[in-house]
Amino acid sequence: MALLKMKFSQQRRVRLAQGLWLLSWLAVMCGAFIFCLGVYLKIELLRRDEVMEDTDIHAVPNLLMLVGLASIGANWVASRVCQDSLDASRFPRWKVLLLGWYAVAVLLCCLLLAVVVLSYALQGRLEESLKVGLRNGIRFYKDTDVPGRCFQKETIDRLQMEFRCCGNNNFKDWFEIQWVSNRYLDFTSQEVKDRIRSNVDGRYLLDGVPFSCCNPASPRPCLQNQLTDSRAHYNYEYQSEELNLYSRGCRQALTDYYMGLMNSTGPGVLSVILIQLSVLLSMRYLQTAVDGAMALESPEGESEGYILEKDVKATYAEVKAKALDLLKFAQVDPASEVAGAEEGEKAAEASAKAATTAA
Amino acid sequence: MALLVVKFDLKKRVKLAQTVWFMYWFAVLAGILVLSLGLFFKIELRKRSELMDNNESHFLPNVLIAMGLIACGINAFGGKVCYDSLDPTKFAKWKPMLKTFLVFCVGFNALLIVTSLLCFIMRIPLQFTLAEGLKNGMKYYKDTDTPGRCYMKRTLDLMQMEFRCCGNDNYRDWFEIQWVSNRYLDFSAKEVKDRIGSNVDGQYLMDGVPFSCCNPSSPRPCIQYQMTNNSAHYSYDHYTEELNVWRRGCRDALLSYYGGIMNTIGALVLLVTMLEVTISCLLTVFIQSIHIVLQNCFLSEISDTLKRTANLSLSLFCFLSVSLSSTHTYTHTHTVMGTNRQLLVFPSDLMSRLM
Repeated sequence: MALLKMKFSQQRRVRLAQGLWLLSWLAVMCGAFIFCLGVYLKIELLRRDEVMEDTDIHAVPNLLMLVGLASIGANWVASRVCQDSLDASRFPRWKVLLLGWYAVAVLLCCLLLAVVVLSYALQGRLEESLKVGLRNGIRFYKDTDVPGRCFQKETIDRLQMEFRCCGNNNFKDWFEIQWVSNRYLDFTSQEVKDRIRSNVDGRYLLDGVPFSCCNPASPRPCLQNQLTDSRAHYNYEYQSEELNLYSRGCRQALTDYYMGLMNSTGPGVLSVILIQLSVLLSMRYLQTAVDGAMALESPEGESEGYILEKDVKATYAEVKAKALDLLKFAQVDPASEVAGAEEGEKAAEASAKAATTAA
Repeated sequence: MALLVVKFDLKKRVKLAQTVWFMYWFAVLAGILVLSLGLFFKIELRKRSELMDNNESHFLPNVLIAMGLIACGINAFGGKVCYDSLDPTKFAKWKPMLKTFLVFCVGFNALLIVTSLLCFIMRIPLQFTLAEGLKNGMKYYKDTDTPGRCYMKRTLDLMQMEFRCCGNDNYRDWFEIQWVSNRYLDFSAKEVKDRIGSNVDGQYLMDGVPFSCCNPSSPRPCIQYQMTNNSAHYSYDHYTEELNVWRRGCRDALLSYYGGIMNTIGALVLLVTMLEVTISCLLTVFIQSIHIVLQNCFLSEISDTLKRTANLSLSLFCFLSVSLSSTHTYTHTHTVMGTNRQLLVFPSDLMSRLM
């Protein structure tokens, strides 16, 4: 009892081949789309490379690029098969390839599903990586004269302005580190000496933030210094001031941005999976229908197309038997080995006897 | 005497018809391109209309949109005519319209040339609009509580950050206006009273700039206040300090941005014009080859119209290039000398030049 059997006349076979040809070219476009998506994601991740500690999240765009390329290749092969399918002389050479092609197509669909799952699963790793990267970036903000770190200040400033965020968790992160370089501090002044003495490490800490934390939507000119002191500025209340600086932390902002990117690609990836599956099914129908037609006396007649020759249970049993057979062939049978050894010994004895009697 | 005689048999005619049909559809795409360029430019102008005092002229993008639509229409019609041309029954209904269609095409090409020239010329009125608008924008920076102007601060800040510029000509423009609102000034403080007393209008002027002028590439944290006072900051000399704030003025920055857009659009429209002219020539040849209507008088009519249009466009082009070069020299002297007086002399001087 075949699975999902359908009858195919010559006309329907031709239509199926044409439709599948178009569908496989559509699938090639989708493969190119997936590849471009992977490239875009990779570029976006590389742009903010400096504030990320490790590159685990790069697995998602790498996989997308790989699947995109493989999908382009596989679907191009499918279109060639379609072109040859109605020609009885050219179709048989593709038959050998088709089982492998099905395996590749199923593998591609599984990989695409894995990409969707990974993009959710790696969110925690991304946050951790950003936390460490941003902490280092903020710590090295002042080191504009140290080779290898001289662009940290510019990177962090541009990041804060572009993503509208301040600090790692919030703006108070800037109070805990020294972000003004010692080159610009007047060590003879009393204020500087006080601040340096006020903490164990001898750092110049202040309750101020860099200019890149300023929010342009604030109605008043930006207040950057002496933020915790409500009396230092006229008509200013530290606890209730909301619009002066960006309230979001950069880790949250970046995570939201990347998660948003990956989520928005989700529907696209799912529809590509659907298209690939439909190419797979149509190819199977085409193969079985054309095979059936070639086996008939009159090739123009009606043939049957199906997905599986027998139903699921029977096919599974058959495949299992075949696999066990293969295993048995590889494994040497112990009983026959013993019997064979005995026979060999007997034959050796007999030949030895014959040799002694002859001599 | 015919120009460039070529013999046409049926196969060649069919090939020519196919080529012209294909080129017409390509020209429809070009028309869509012109339309989208016009829309893009219109949107860009609207985005920053606040900075131009809502006075900016939408003449150029409207012209581009109109030309794009007309191009699509004419080229689609031409494509249809070509498609029908090899079938005598279908072609009979198009026969009488062909002469007027060709005249339309020639006129449309002339209009396209004028449009592309306009793209290069409209930079000048834009410059004036920008100068006026930015000056007013800076005046209203502090009015975040006045309805209708409450977003000027945000617009200016975002613009200065995006275009990497500060002030109108340079950062000193911020020293000449009060950009801190009175709501945030403590009028009982001595410092505030001194500053207000120091000028005629009673404005709180200071040698400081808003945070959006700060340059992130600077190695030291941004110095926004007391910029001209070297002793207020350690290891600071405001004459040699270059990276602290953006040095370019926003008028220059915006003008070069819009100028770039207009130059690109002008160049693309010129390319589209050349394409259209080629198609018109090919169509003329094709129509001749199927022996329609073309008596000598029609040919001479076409050549006369072409000559007249060529003369007109040439003279228009000369006039416009002369005016462009003269205004270019005037604006150059303006930026060098920093005054507006030269520009007022422009129209009368140009008239005397032309005569």
